[in-house]
Amino acid sequence: MSNSASAILADRGRITVAPGGWGGSLRGALHAEWTKLRTLPGTIWLLAGIAAAAISVSVAAVAASTCPAGHCFVDTTRLSLTGVQFAQVVVVILAVTAFCGEYSTGMIRVTFAATPRRSAVLAAKAVIAGALVLVAGTIGVLGSVLAGRLMLTGNGFTVAHGFPLLSLAHGPTLRAAAGSVLYLALIALLSTGVAALLRDSAVATGTMLALLYLPPVIVSILSNSEHWQHRLDRWSPMIAGLTIQDTIGLRGLAISPWGGLGVLALWAAGALLAGGLLLHRRDA
Amino acid sequence: MTATLTTTDRPGSRAGSDGFGRVLHAEWTKFRTVRGWIIGTIAGVLVMLWLGLFAAGNAQILCGTPGGPTLTGKACLPYIPYGPGGEAVVDSFYFVRQPLAGNGSITTRVTSLTGRYVTGNGNGGVPAGQAPGAGMVPGLQPWSKAGLIIKASTKQGSAYAAMLVTGSHGVRMQYNYTGDIAGMPGTVSASSPRWLRLTRSGDTVTGYDSADGSHWTKVGTVALAGLPSTVQAGLFATSPQALLDSGGGGRGANMTPSQDTAVFDHVGLAGGWTSGRWTGTGIGTGINADYPVQGASYTRTGGRFSLTGSGDIAPAISGSGASFPTTTGQQHLVGSFAGLIAMVVVATMFITAEYRRGLIRTTFAANPRRGQVLAAKAIVAGLVTFVAGLIASAIVLPVGTRLASSQGVYVMPVSVLTEIRVVAGTAALLAAGAVLAVAVGALTRRSATAVTAVIVAIVLPYILSMTVLPAGAAGWLLRLSPAAGFAIQQSVHQFAQINAAYTPADGYFPLAPWAGFAVLCGYAAAALAGAWYVLNRRDA
Repeated sequence: MSNSASAILADRGRITVAPGGWGGSLRGALHAEWTKLRTLPGTIWLLAGIAAAAISVSVAAVAASTCPAGHCFVDTTRLSLTGVQFAQVVVVILAVTAFCGEYSTGMIRVTFAATPRRSAVLAAKAVIAGALVLVAGTIGVLGSVLAGRLMLTGNGFTVAHGFPLLSLAHGPTLRAAAGSVLYLALIALLSTGVAALLRDSAVATGTMLALLYLPPVIVSILSNSEHWQHRLDRWSPMIAGLTIQDTIGLRGLAISPWGGLGVLALWAAGALLAGGLLLHRRDA
Repeated sequence: MTATLTTTDRPGSRAGSDGFGRVLHAEWTKFRTVRGWIIGTIAGVLVMLWLGLFAAGNAQILCGTPGGPTLTGKACLPYIPYGPGGEAVVDSFYFVRQPLAGNGSITTRVTSLTGRYVTGNGNGGVPAGQAPGAGMVPGLQPWSKAGLIIKASTKQGSAYAAMLVTGSHGVRMQYNYTGDIAGMPGTVSASSPRWLRLTRSGDTVTGYDSADGSHWTKVGTVALAGLPSTVQAGLFATSPQALLDSGGGGRGANMTPSQDTAVFDHVGLAGGWTSGRWTGTGIGTGINADYPVQGASYTRTGGRFSLTGSGDIAPAISGSGASFPTTTGQQHLVGSFAGLIAMVVVATMFITAEYRRGLIRTTFAANPRRGQVLAAKAIVAGLVTFVAGLIASAIVLPVGTRLASSQGVYVMPVSVLTEIRVVAGTAALLAAGAVLAVAVGALTRRSATAVTAVIVAIVLPYILSMTVLPAGAAGWLLRLSPAAGFAIQQSVHQFAQINAAYTPADGYFPLAPWAGFAVLCGYAAAALAGAWYVLNRRDA
C-alpha cells in the first residue's frame, strides 16, 4: 500500500512539473472525461434510457388520467411531465457509474496520476454528465410535452372543461418544461457529488435513491404533522426541485418553483463541494 | 486459494446434502466478515427505528371551537364509541324514536331521498354554528342512508339493526356497524317508493322490503346478543362525507360533509307494539362528533315524516375518511422504506462485489454447482435481512403506537394476531426485497443498475400511486408491481359500505395482506429463476 501510494505521489509530482502536458488543466480533464464516457458502451443506452423513461412514464400517467365531467383539479403540465420522476433514476445510474466505475476498476489511480488536480477531475465529470443529461433530458421532456398535447384532449382535459391545449408558448408550461431539463441535469451533478463522497456504486446509488424517494413517502404518511410536511416540501431535493413543474395552485406551494429548483442546486453544490474536499484528503 | 483447491479435490461423492451446507457456511462467513455489510445492515435497522419513532413522536394535533381556546394533543381526541364487536365505530344520525317493549314490528314507506353536500376545495366544511346548508349544492351520496332502525339504546355504539334505502346501493339491511345485506336494487322516488319492515322477536331482528306494501321479501335475520326488552325504534336519516373526485391523485382525498332528507309515510307499529309519542333526537351531535352538518331535524304533517340528518352509522376508518387524527401501525413502519433501501444495497453488493473483485471465479471453482451458490446467497441475505427487520419492526410498532396515542392520535385498534402478522410481515417484506436484490445483482452483475432496478421497482410505484395517478390506475399499480408487497403491513379493513379514498398512505391496499406479499415473492422467485438460468449459461 505504502509502495503504490508513494509511486502515485512520485507520478503526481513528475506529471505536474512536466511542461506542455494536459496535466491539471480543466480543459484536458474535460477532454479526458468526454473520451472515457463517450467510449463506454453503456453510455448511449443510458442516455436513450433517460429519454425513453421520461416519455414512457409520462404517456402512461396521462393515459391513466381522465376528466370526463369537468371539475377536475389537475395540473396537466405536471401530469405530462410525470416521467421525469422515473428518468431521474437513469440519470443517477449514469452519473454514479461514470464516477464509481473508475474506483471499481482501479482506473481512478491512472486518472488522478494524469490530472493531479482532483477537483478538476470532479468538475470535468460533473460537467460532462450534466451536459449529456441536458441533451437526453431535452428529448425526454419535449417528447413528454408532445405526448401530453396529443393525448390530454382525448381524455377529457378539453378547453370546455377549462384546460387549454398544452403548449410551450404558455409561460408557466415553458418554465416547467425547461425547468424539468435543468432538474435532471442538477440530479446528475448531485449524483456525481454523492458518488465522489461514497466511491462505491451500490452505496452511492442507494443513498441517491433514498435522498430522492424517501421524503415523498414520509410526507404522504406523516399526515399528522403539517410542520414536518412543510419542512420536507421545502428542503428535500426531489419535492422542492419538482415544484418547477407546478403551474397551478402556486400560492399553496411550500416553496416557489424557481426557489425549489434552487434548493436542489444547493444540494448539488454542497455534494460536489464535500466530494471535492474528500477527494483531496483521501487516498485514491 | 489453497483452501479452495482442497475443497474441489474432495471426492465428488461427498458433495450433496452436506455440500450445500458447506456453501451456505461459506456464504455466511463472507457476509459476516465484511464490515461494511454489517454496518449497512445495522444502519438499516437504526434508520427504521429513528424514522418510525420520529413520525410517531411529531404529531401536531390542534383543535378548538371558533372563538374558543385552541386545544392540543389528547384534549382533541373526541369520544370514540365502540361497537358490540369491540371495534371503533361512527354512530351519528337523526333519530325519530319511541321506546318499545317486547316483541313487535315496525313498517314504513319511503317516498323520497335527496341530499346536499359541501363542494369546493374540501377544507373543513361547514363549521359548527354556521347556518345549516351554507355553501352546499344538491347531490346524494352513494351511502346516504334513511329508513327504520331498532337500537338497544340511544347510546353511541349500542347494538342495532336497520332496514334502509341508500343513495345508489338500493335497499340494505345493516346491523351492528359492520353487517350489510343487500335488498331490492334501484333508487327510491315518489313513483317507485320502497316499503321497509323490521320485526323483533327476542334477540333476533328480521328485515323485509317491498315495492307495494303487500308483497314482502325477507332480506335477512340477524341476532343482536343481549338486546334489552325495551328498545328504541323508529325512523332515521344520516349521510356520510362526500368523496370528491379530483380526477387525479394528490395528497389526501377531498372529503366534505353532506346531508340527506328522507320522506316517510305509512308508519305503522304491529305485533305487540302500539304507537306512543315520537321524539326527535340527534345521536352523536357533539362538537367533535361525526356530525359534520348542523341543523338536523324532522317535521311531521299528519302521517308524513320528513327527516334531515348527517353523519354515518358504520365502522370507523383511518386516514382522510376519519373526522379525527388517526394512525395505523403501518404509519409507524414508514422507516421500512429506508430499511429496504439499506438492505437492498447490502444484498446487491453481496453478489456484485464478487464480480467486481473476481472472487466469483474462486467461488464457482470451489462449488461448480452455481445454482447452489445463488441459493446460498439468497438464503443468507434473506435470513440476515429478516432478523434485522424483525428487530426493528418489533421495537418500532409497539413503541410508536404508545408515542402516537400519548400525543392525541387515535391508533386504530388491532388484534394481537394482526400485530404479529404486521411485525413478521415487515421483516419478510424486507427479506423478499433482499432476495430480489441478490437475484437482480446476479443477472446484471452491476451494482448501480441492480440497486436502482430493485428500489425503483418497489418504491416508485408506491410514490406514483400516491402523488399523480388517479385511484383506478394507482390500484392496479399496487396490485401488479412489487410495491404490492407493502400490503402485508395493512392492519385496517376496507368496507364496501363506506365510500372513502382508501389510499396506501392511510394504510389501505387493493390486495389482501398475504396476496400482496405473494406478488412481491413472485417477482423474487422469477428473478431467482432467471438468475439461475443465466448463471449456468454464462462465463463467470
